[in-house]
Amino acid sequence: MTTTPASKPATAKPVLDEEEARLARARRTERIGKWAMPALMLALALIAWDRIVVWNEIPKYILPRPGLVVETLIADFGTLASSALVTMQITLMALAVAVIGGVGLAVFFAQSRFFEMAFYPFAVILQVTPVVSIAPLIFIYVDNRLVGLLLCAWIVAFFPILSNTTLGLNSTDHNLRDLYRIYGATRWQRLRYLQLPTALPYFLGGLRIAGGLSLIGAVVAEYVAGTGGIGSGLAFRILEAGYRLNIARMFAALLLIAALGVVIFTATSLLSHLLLRKWHESAIKRET
Amino acid sequence: MRPAYPLPIPPLGRRKPLLQLAGVDKVFNGTVTALSGMDLQVGQGDFISLLGPSGCGKSTALRLIAGLMRPSAGSITWTGGQAKGDLGVVFQEPTLMPWATVAQNVYLPFRLQGLPYPEVEDRIARALALVGLERFHGAYPRQLSGGMKMRVSIARSMVTEPRLILMDEPFAALDEITRHKLNNDLLALREKLQCTVIFVTHSVFESVYLSDRIVVMAARPGRVSAEVQVEEPYPRSEEFRTSARYGELCQMTSEALQVAMAEHQEAAE
Repeated sequence: MTTTPASKPATAKPVLDEEEARLARARRTERIGKWAMPALMLALALIAWDRIVVWNEIPKYILPRPGLVVETLIADFGTLASSALVTMQITLMALAVAVIGGVGLAVFFAQSRFFEMAFYPFAVILQVTPVVSIAPLIFIYVDNRLVGLLLCAWIVAFFPILSNTTLGLNSTDHNLRDLYRIYGATRWQRLRYLQLPTALPYFLGGLRIAGGLSLIGAVVAEYVAGTGGIGSGLAFRILEAGYRLNIARMFAALLLIAALGVVIFTATSLLSHLLLRKWHESAIKRET
Repeated sequence: MRPAYPLPIPPLGRRKPLLQLAGVDKVFNGTVTALSGMDLQVGQGDFISLLGPSGCGKSTALRLIAGLMRPSAGSITWTGGQAKGDLGVVFQEPTLMPWATVAQNVYLPFRLQGLPYPEVEDRIARALALVGLERFHGAYPRQLSGGMKMRVSIARSMVTEPRLILMDEPFAALDEITRHKLNNDLLALREKLQCTVIFVTHSVFESVYLSDRIVVMAARPGRVSAEVQVEEPYPRSEEFRTSARYGELCQMTSEALQVAMAEHQEAAE
């Protein structure tokens, strides 16, 4: 048997070949395009909006020019911002209650298949019934406006958390489950050290959906609750401005609602990234 | 870590009993007989390989010994009873918790016994040193290669100094080179810990290299067909793998396996 020594490794400095150079250029273009393209499209859309209004001489009580919307937003910022704060508060409270209720129910379900069989249909019925159709009933039975609003938003938001967390709690690795049994783990230990960490990525996925839904729930409930009571959220401002044909203000309020939605989505995405970045596949950047 | 038994391990036939399977049957669903009349005496310090084709009940036997299932008939008795931490298990996959660091994964058996981390920190460090991963205690499983993950799994199974370690085809998913390396490491660990191992495998070569008792099993219904004893002394090394004696033993074991598989053919016809 003979073995030949391997040839000496080449010591020439690495060269950037043509393909690699092309890939590097493509990556650079994509990095810029990711920001530039949406910004460009948005600017074009705004210009088109403005031109359509001017050329067709559309009156401002039907469609205001984008400039007027911005002016109204600045002029009425005090009122609108405090309304946005109210809507934000209701949304966050509803989300908090949805998290507690959703995770609590999911843990309860995970303890026994029978609980799940008995209660899951109720959760599904609550979820599939449009909140607009339940809300009037809720405001008949619940005197406190705030509690009513919270209840509406909660009904919309808790289901994705419940169903995702339930799925997560039931997705534990079967070998790990065996291992826990062999080491004589208690039910509580299994939940705390195995099921809850397994369910975390699923829960966070549900949270991202629930964040947007609780905003929808809060706004819809405010519409149904009408202009009485504590109604001073953004939905109330939109209704009020609509009665007064102040369309620019409706747009301004709408802009703030959209901004709230984006803030909530960004915050939940960031939370998800921070909690999972060390170990979960979804948060890991690949080197190649 | 201290060895589980007094050193050195006496030769085959002069070891104290650890565990006894007597006439163990396992029938699934009232119809599928996975294991039929299995008798096995496990002695302290035995390295037993359960070798056989798929469906011969070797994994079922392992799950029964692990206490994950109860036998339909027969008995499994530990000499002197079984205490917490008497058993370590290594599965075919590393089965690590991805959200926990290497050290936290090895801590698991103690955590489930309710022991606080600082109390067992030294033992975890020693277990990791034994498998050569002391520098990786803070790493997450995803940062490790397949072989390293398996080492963590082995460290976890040994950290409680168990009297018996069950291994269910632990190296089947690894490449040949890593597999040979881990075979040698496992033998070295056994030398240090003198633990008893029951090792399920598909590989004749692996069973001959590692074990001193090879229990050859036949399928449908799963049962013990023959036992091959490998009286090559430990420590074994790569020299054994290239020796004529090794070749002979592999041939003997292969023949025993052929017989076991022919039995199954006859039973099927």
